[in-house]
Amino acid sequence: MAETFLSIQNVRKAFGATTVVQDFNLDVERGEFVSFLGPSGCGKTTMLRIVAGFEEPSAGMVMVGGKDVTNLKPNQRDIGMVFQAYALFPNLTVAQNIGFGLKVAGVPRAESDARVAEMLSIIKLPEFGSRYPYQLSGGQQQRVALARALAPRPKLLLLDEPLSALDAKVRVSLREEIRGIQKKLGITTIFVTHDQEEALSMSDRIVVMYGGKAEQVGTPFEIYNKPATRFVASFVGTLNILEGTVSDPASGTVRVNGSEIALKRKLDGKAAGDEISLALRPEAISVGDHPGRDASIAGEISDVSFLGSVIRVRVGVGKNAVSLDTFNSPATPPPVVGETANITFAASDLLVLQ
Amino acid sequence: MKTGRFWAWLTFAVGAAYFFIPLIATFEFSLRMRRGEYSFDAYRVVFGDIRFQETFGYSVVVACFTILLGVLLVVPTAYWIRLRMPHIRPVVEFITLLPLIIPAIVIVFGYIRMYGSSSPLPFLATRRGTDLLLIIGYATLALPYMYRAVDTGLRTIDVRTLTEAAQILGAGWTTIIARIILPNVLIAVLSGAFLTFAIVIGEFTMASLLNRPAFGPYLQNIGANRAYEPAALAVIAFAITWGCMAVIQLLSRFAPKSANNPSH
Amino acid sequence: MAHLSDTETAIEPAVAKAADGNFRLPTHWLGVAPFFIFALMFLIFPTIYLVVGAFQNNQGEWTLENIANLFQPNILAAYWISIRISLASALLGALVGFAIALAIVRGGLPAWVRSATMTFSGVASNFAGVPLAFAFLATLGRLGLVTILLREIGVNIYALGFNILSFWGLTLTYLFFQIPLMVVIITPAIDGLKKEWGEAAATLGATQFQYWRMVAIPVLWPSFLGTVILLFANAFGAIATAYALTGSSLNIVPILLYAQIRGDVLHNPHLGYALAFGMIFVTGLANVFYIWFRTRSERWLK
Repeated sequence: MAETFLSIQNVRKAFGATTVVQDFNLDVERGEFVSFLGPSGCGKTTMLRIVAGFEEPSAGMVMVGGKDVTNLKPNQRDIGMVFQAYALFPNLTVAQNIGFGLKVAGVPRAESDARVAEMLSIIKLPEFGSRYPYQLSGGQQQRVALARALAPRPKLLLLDEPLSALDAKVRVSLREEIRGIQKKLGITTIFVTHDQEEALSMSDRIVVMYGGKAEQVGTPFEIYNKPATRFVASFVGTLNILEGTVSDPASGTVRVNGSEIALKRKLDGKAAGDEISLALRPEAISVGDHPGRDASIAGEISDVSFLGSVIRVRVGVGKNAVSLDTFNSPATPPPVVGETANITFAASDLLVLQ
Repeated sequence: MKTGRFWAWLTFAVGAAYFFIPLIATFEFSLRMRRGEYSFDAYRVVFGDIRFQETFGYSVVVACFTILLGVLLVVPTAYWIRLRMPHIRPVVEFITLLPLIIPAIVIVFGYIRMYGSSSPLPFLATRRGTDLLLIIGYATLALPYMYRAVDTGLRTIDVRTLTEAAQILGAGWTTIIARIILPNVLIAVLSGAFLTFAIVIGEFTMASLLNRPAFGPYLQNIGANRAYEPAALAVIAFAITWGCMAVIQLLSRFAPKSANNPSH
Repeated sequence: MAHLSDTETAIEPAVAKAADGNFRLPTHWLGVAPFFIFALMFLIFPTIYLVVGAFQNNQGEWTLENIANLFQPNILAAYWISIRISLASALLGALVGFAIALAIVRGGLPAWVRSATMTFSGVASNFAGVPLAFAFLATLGRLGLVTILLREIGVNIYALGFNILSFWGLTLTYLFFQIPLMVVIITPAIDGLKKEWGEAAATLGATQFQYWRMVAIPVLWPSFLGTVILLFANAFGAIATAYALTGSSLNIVPILLYAQIRGDVLHNPHLGYALAFGMIFVTGLANVFYIWFRTRSERWLK
């Protein structure tokens, strides 16, 4: 039952001569969690602010629940928003912050108090209602900000890099918490981030943005495993690049550092002898033979770092270097720098970069 | 947004009118000395007046000594508090703010009664002593501004690390303050100094009540007895204030930047 | 190696010195002693001297007579007009200064307007005293430019009851340094209002008005009130401008005290002390009110 709830159509936004968002189209289903992922300056925050109503699009429209909201002011849009720097009102207590939206909407006192108590228990801070924001940690403040955004039961939840200001541990636990609350309430959510791990772990779908355009829209699995463009491939996850030459475009064989590899798919638009860039995820590579890994290239171990549970190994392959992680095993000594070693992988895991 | 900008411009324009009309009027008035035409006669008379030269010179010297006293008093104190006694900072800050609450006329009244010629500390018995008391009074008036400027300057440098680095190299306290700390907060000290200068140069109350031949009482005297010269003097005084503030602005561009103070 | 041992021996005295400080507190206090001695001798003792004197008679006996004597008509009138002028110039200065600060920070004006206003405010807030009086005499005095220009278009402000040597004349003059002082102090406070607060309020359905009433004004209130108190004290103690403007024709407290110090016009030195005590009392009371207000209603301040 896919029902489009938020629809962004042909949106373009220019500030003077610079275009920051162009040709942006997206349909979000009710209850879906969609991330805008990209480097800073890619237009993701501008796009979010257009949805929120802080920026007016130069062209195109935004529809929520079948209604055109393009010209509505932010305070008429029925949205909840969480900001990077918490943006809690410093002069109000936690409970007053959460109740702010209810108060301005004229919700009766008793009803509002009940809702605030409910929100406090959802964010697991039931005892904190009478504290002031400066008395809370960053993670607690951001949870309060989330509760404040959700208290008036908005139609849409907008999260603008809500985890960036927090330290690593809090970030991980809070992202699970946010996703949990979002699922429980079933609220349609747009999440802006530059952190691919956050986007991959939280989202139903990801929009990877670059230069004001959506490069690819897809599930985390698709984005990671079938990147549509070179940018997506390099921005999401770690990639090892291998330079090779095409041996036979029809059967799809390439030569990398003296080894012939059969890709078993046609290389359109390439001729024999053309240079080609191939990419491999670190987890797709092993040192030495492994079942199911049908391709192999000769290399030389150039660096070994022991990181505890994993060992990161760098292997020189011709003029390229690939890095891969192997699990630590007390029984097997780690590879030694200078050794020659074959790296193996499944040829089907090789990504051809356009 | 459009109407907001209109009101902003209107507010700005009304404010600008209130502040510029008196300046224009004063300048115009100062040119009216010669009947029927504009001239700089009033300025010529003022600059030619021997008492103008004497009182202005006196005030400049007093201002310089005030700045010196202020720096000697404030820099080591602010430094020491940052380094060793952060817990008494609120007390010191409160004291430095007192001159904004206790009027200058009250402070100088207290001096006159406490340090009269028959008191145990007879500052007022001699002319030099009275000059000294005037400088002290001015240093008190400038205290809030000087302390603030220096403390802000110290905040931008890591006092503790600099001090420890100097100690490791065998420097003593005088060397540390004069050779390490002062150069690093020089910009801040100079800002405080020019502000002090602007406050002291035309000060009337203390100089008048201590009977010193300063620029402020001279201004008042001219104002009571002449017609056009006061306007010329007002323009000159405004120019001096403007000059001091311009120097402070200029200095602030050279001020060291830090994480605490990124916007300047 | 030689270098290393050199540094090590150099560290020791420093460490020893620091350790000493922990055992003998007085060495700590030596560093701030000059400041405290100065503050006591030239700020606190002179003030206390006057305050004590206000409660003594000529024979050095304790009495409340001097304070009681303050309640005579001409002294009460002086306090009353001083308080009125200070309050009017502080409140008007604060409101106008706030409006200007708001316009330059939030009004969407070009950046040069802001920097020019800030620079000018720095100058004008220090342009007080005698020259300011001259400037306003040249503007709104009987022969001032504005007076003449208005007369030429048929408005004789002096015939309409205006006088530069009056309550409103002095208030208008004081505003010339009160407004810029407000701008200088309150602009950073307005800068401190985060843009996200306004945006968060908007997404929660609040109107601009609701945002200002529930968030922005409560956040700015302590700075605003603090500045009003400062402006009040600033005007209350000011004498040079008023004296140069009006001579001794306007009966405000600092001028009365000035005349008393110069010539004992009240014929009782201890009444002069009481007058000074009264001034400290008024500005002190304003500050006590401010501190009380701040601690009572601003629990959210760190």
